[in-house]
Amino acid sequence: MSHHSDPAAALNQPPSRWGDRAFYGACLVGALSIGVLLLLVAYQLYHGSYLAREEFGWRFLVSSTWDPVEEQYGALPFIYGTFATSLIGLLIAVPLSVGTAIYLTELAPIRLRQPLVSVIEMLAAVPSVIWGLWGIFVLVPFLRADIYPFLQKTFGFLPLFQGPIYGIGVLTGGIIVAIMILPIVTSVSREVVRSVPNLQREAAYGLGATRWEVTRIAVLSYARRGIFGAAVLGLGRALGETMAITMVIGNSSDIAKSLFAPGYTMASVIANEFTEATTDRYLSALFEIGLVLLGFTILINIFAEMMIRAITTPETRRVA
Amino acid sequence: METNGNHRYRKFKNAAMNFVSVGCAVLVISPLGFILFYLLRQGVQALNWDFFTKLPAPVGQSGGGMGNAIAGTLELLALASLLGVPIGVLGGIYLAEYGRDRLNDWIRFWADVLNGVPSIVWGMVAYALAVVPFKTFSAYSGGLALGFIMIPLVLRTTEEVLVLVPRSYREAALALGLPQWKMIVRIVLPTAMKGVVTGVLLAMGRVAGETAPLLFTAFGNRYWSQHLTEPIAALPLQIFAYAISPYDDWHRQAWAGALVLIFLVFLLSAGVRIFSNRQKAGATS
Amino acid sequence: MPMSLEEKSIKPAALAPAHQATPAPVTEVRIQGPGQPAERKEEVVFDISDLSIYYGANQAVRNVTLQIHARSVTAIIGPSGCGKSTFLRTLNRMHELAPGARHTGVIRLQGEDLYARGVDPTLVRRRVGMVFQKSNPFPTMTIAENVLCGLRLNGVKDKQLLRERLEQSLRMAALWDEVKDHLHRPGTSLSGGQQQRLCIARALAVRPQIILMDEPCSALDPIATAKVEELIHELKRTYTIVIVTHNMQQAARVSDRTAFFYMGNLVEYAETRTIFMNPSNPQTEAYVSGRFG
Repeated sequence: MSHHSDPAAALNQPPSRWGDRAFYGACLVGALSIGVLLLLVAYQLYHGSYLAREEFGWRFLVSSTWDPVEEQYGALPFIYGTFATSLIGLLIAVPLSVGTAIYLTELAPIRLRQPLVSVIEMLAAVPSVIWGLWGIFVLVPFLRADIYPFLQKTFGFLPLFQGPIYGIGVLTGGIIVAIMILPIVTSVSREVVRSVPNLQREAAYGLGATRWEVTRIAVLSYARRGIFGAAVLGLGRALGETMAITMVIGNSSDIAKSLFAPGYTMASVIANEFTEATTDRYLSALFEIGLVLLGFTILINIFAEMMIRAITTPETRRVA
Repeated sequence: METNGNHRYRKFKNAAMNFVSVGCAVLVISPLGFILFYLLRQGVQALNWDFFTKLPAPVGQSGGGMGNAIAGTLELLALASLLGVPIGVLGGIYLAEYGRDRLNDWIRFWADVLNGVPSIVWGMVAYALAVVPFKTFSAYSGGLALGFIMIPLVLRTTEEVLVLVPRSYREAALALGLPQWKMIVRIVLPTAMKGVVTGVLLAMGRVAGETAPLLFTAFGNRYWSQHLTEPIAALPLQIFAYAISPYDDWHRQAWAGALVLIFLVFLLSAGVRIFSNRQKAGATS
Repeated sequence: MPMSLEEKSIKPAALAPAHQATPAPVTEVRIQGPGQPAERKEEVVFDISDLSIYYGANQAVRNVTLQIHARSVTAIIGPSGCGKSTFLRTLNRMHELAPGARHTGVIRLQGEDLYARGVDPTLVRRRVGMVFQKSNPFPTMTIAENVLCGLRLNGVKDKQLLRERLEQSLRMAALWDEVKDHLHRPGTSLSGGQQQRLCIARALAVRPQIILMDEPCSALDPIATAKVEELIHELKRTYTIVIVTHNMQQAARVSDRTAFFYMGNLVEYAETRTIFMNPSNPQTEAYVSGRFG
């Protein structure tokens, strides 16, 4: 069995340097895509909003007129609606999430923990439009018939709870936002509570504290900043929430005092009116709203990411 | 020494807080139960063979289905993955195997920030890039928007699993005289493949349920799309359109569509878990 | 762990082809006594002059000069942190993968500068193989695939050759009989000692001329250790072996020459018998008699 050429000759060939270079280049392109995406999104929104920015300038942010017929555009109703629903969502979701995080880390039987965590992960996977569907046909009638009248009876002295009850509205939007941000705020809070070193807990137990006191003293105060970070992350998520809110908020560009009144958010107006925008200026105004939304979201997400990084160690950090 | 009263108060408070904590957990978990319950109850009625195969019936008429929307969602998923998976995986490899610490930290940071950008914004970008120049809504533009969402997701999940591959495999491969790229592609990547696939499936599950970016890119279609340069129907779009319509029959179909959609999403996300568990049980000791 | 791509791969160096080392006869078994004095004239395989190795600003190895001879076992001993592994890794250009890695001094492999401009490190590593402390068979590959990995992934396709090398390498690693009926099983399904021998077979399959071993038995039980030591006796008839070990008795059993490192310095380097029975340096004597380390 003689060979003319040595079958193991390949071992003496140096690997082509193109292999390493090409692969490295491809991977670099992949990594740089992040930068490209950032620039792309900023540029497109900036460029697309040119007409509106030219015409309205900074008034855009504080004017509450949204009149496509007269071509007068102002973003205030949407900024208000976005923050109102997000705030309500946070007020409902953060205490619930922290309570759940504590339950999962400190109180729940061990065998129950992973299934519960899986349930929360499944919750996070439910698409927004499905929440909206459920919102329209289940939540809204329920709120309109049972909860809101009760609220109005009890708290009707506040202007927040006065006025006609439709079922849809800002408060409903806030409730659905709360449901949607529960998973992420819970899971980040859980990571934060878990990362509190046991030493803290043990020290408190050693002083004779009850379990709740241990939690309050050792865990919560230590984890305060982390939980704040979780809340900010939830806020970032809430700002961008589109479909579910669009389906239950009522889509009215008036700012009303009552939480029962219909409202509008930045994402919702884009969703509803983008394909209806008949003129360039109309479209440009919507682009500017997108730019404002992007600005708020990026700022808040940067803040949240910085907080999370300052507090958690790399092992406990997950892709949110 | 503390009084009995104080002690009882503290015990009571402890018990009360336990109760509150459990209550929170119940409240947080329960929406999932509600959703699944209603989806099943309302959605199952309208599910039939027609639903999966037929086109929507004309306005006001009952019957018809969401065949085109289901097909459309699958096509859009394929397009989005074509963009999102290669770029995301390659970028993840860069972060895990190459690069300098400081640059990598930046990339990671901004990828996480990008993951928080509202999906409707990506729709607007895809609109400017792919709808305006060609003057038509299309499956391509919808896939583009969804692909934008996938890239930072897949990039981060890929990086996270690659970093878990023990260093000794890389050293052993290099010590055999393998060039670095082969070491990554033939040794490291296969070792981490389960995790990479998991990340991709999760990203697909997330993107399958997105509606907002499709509103003015894919746009929706009442008929079968013949070509990817035409507007295309998608499940979430159809659900949205039917839900806000005034027709009862369409409401029923919206529930059915939602049931199919959530089944698809859970299949992608949960199938991942089954896939990785079976692998764990099967092979290595 | 980001690894730098700072490897010089501009043009292939004129290093002797790796595969021309004579394959070990697969049927003969000869027993050699340990530490036989090597009186035959031997060629120098590694000629190391004035080598200092750094991690950034930290100096790990200071001004080491020594020569490694062909077809012998050279042991490197010393307490933890004395620079033995660092030294070993410069011999197959693995050290340069660490962040901030650099060195001064010259290492010649059969007369040629290992770090000359234009030398491709991957070619170096095919001539100088390595076995690691903890066995690391690739988890996605079978036993056969593991052994042949260095050949296949470097472009060798000839099925005949691959089959031959598979059996030869496994026999040389004293593993053939144990696994010949299970070659399709995952590499990780073997016991710890078997896995390490698998890694040795994997390193042998590319027919390197030198094998570096970095504490290869430290994770193994005594029986598995004994098997690997037997292996080393066999292998040194064909290969040059440099073994780092913190186990002095092992060094005494297995090697022809021993180098004692302490705090980055090469304290003494001589025939093993001398180092252990009659060391010239008092530090060496203190170490080998167990007074420290």
